[in-house]
Amino acid sequence: MKKSTWLMMAAVAALAVVPLFIHAPVKNEEAFTGADGQAEALIGTIQPGYKVWFTPLFEPPSGEIESLLFSLQAALGAGVIGFYFGRASGRKQAGKAV
Amino acid sequence: MHIMEGFLPIAHAAGWWAVSLPFLVGGVRSLKRIVKEKPSARLLLGAAGAFVFVLSALKLPSVTGSCSHPTGTGLGAILFGPSVMSVLGAIVLLFQALLLAHGGLTTLGANTFSMAIAGPWISYAIWRGARGARLPRESAVFLAAALGDLATYTVTSLQLAFAFPDPAGGFMGSLMKFMAIFSVTQIPLALAEGFLTVLIMRALAVYAPGDLLTLRRTKEGKVAP
Repeated sequence: MKKSTWLMMAAVAALAVVPLFIHAPVKNEEAFTGADGQAEALIGTIQPGYKVWFTPLFEPPSGEIESLLFSLQAALGAGVIGFYFGRASGRKQAGKAV
Repeated sequence: MHIMEGFLPIAHAAGWWAVSLPFLVGGVRSLKRIVKEKPSARLLLGAAGAFVFVLSALKLPSVTGSCSHPTGTGLGAILFGPSVMSVLGAIVLLFQALLLAHGGLTTLGANTFSMAIAGPWISYAIWRGARGARLPRESAVFLAAALGDLATYTVTSLQLAFAFPDPAGGFMGSLMKFMAIFSVTQIPLALAEGFLTVLIMRALAVYAPGDLLTLRRTKEGKVAP
């Protein structure tokens, strides 16, 4: 692999890991909450009277179930990508053999 | 970028649905055309959709101390054009709305517009523009994916500021607040998505050069940028 390929992989990993260390934890404040949830809270401060008029039909009953479904989503996607590249590389090798 | 279920006033929720629907119709047409004209690209189309599935499931920490996720829509927009991404992105958003209570059915129109329409179209425009300006291929891929990702979150901020103007600062005041949450958090994530998209394009060039060539060949037999 090219050197820049390794460098880019390292950059992706660093971009995900470095924030964990440079962001100083604030006491009594939950760190690394979701931006979506923060926006939801901001709506509450901008327009305190806003009434949510529709609620989700199904909500994961716990954080564990939620992470299960998120992992499932990632796993399905990764599986398809792996299948694609597996086939592509197999096709390439078969082409070489002929 | 997920606006939660019920968190847009009815008129806004309906309005964004109305804006997104024509793009979805166009996306279905584009999808059918690709499958018919380039059947060998079907699997790659699935992989491009899968890339959105993976990236939008990964909530990553950011320098702001909050978490958000990349979108993965730039890759498909570069490979297949932006139209088809409206469908692939909407499928992912529907999955999350129904099973994860992440986003929602009432806000699906607005969320589809930011992630599956605005992001891919901006990615595509940057990709074409950068190639037109003779920027190297990989720089163009990086810029298209990273800026498209950032654009999605900026559009979400615009949508929310439009629906919830600040009592003191009005639309702009509200926009700054929402962008502080979404766009700033997104900067490192957008860079990561840019790099990942370049990595996937490299892998495609190594393992599936044939697929890439099929896509770039237009009807007239010319090879697109």
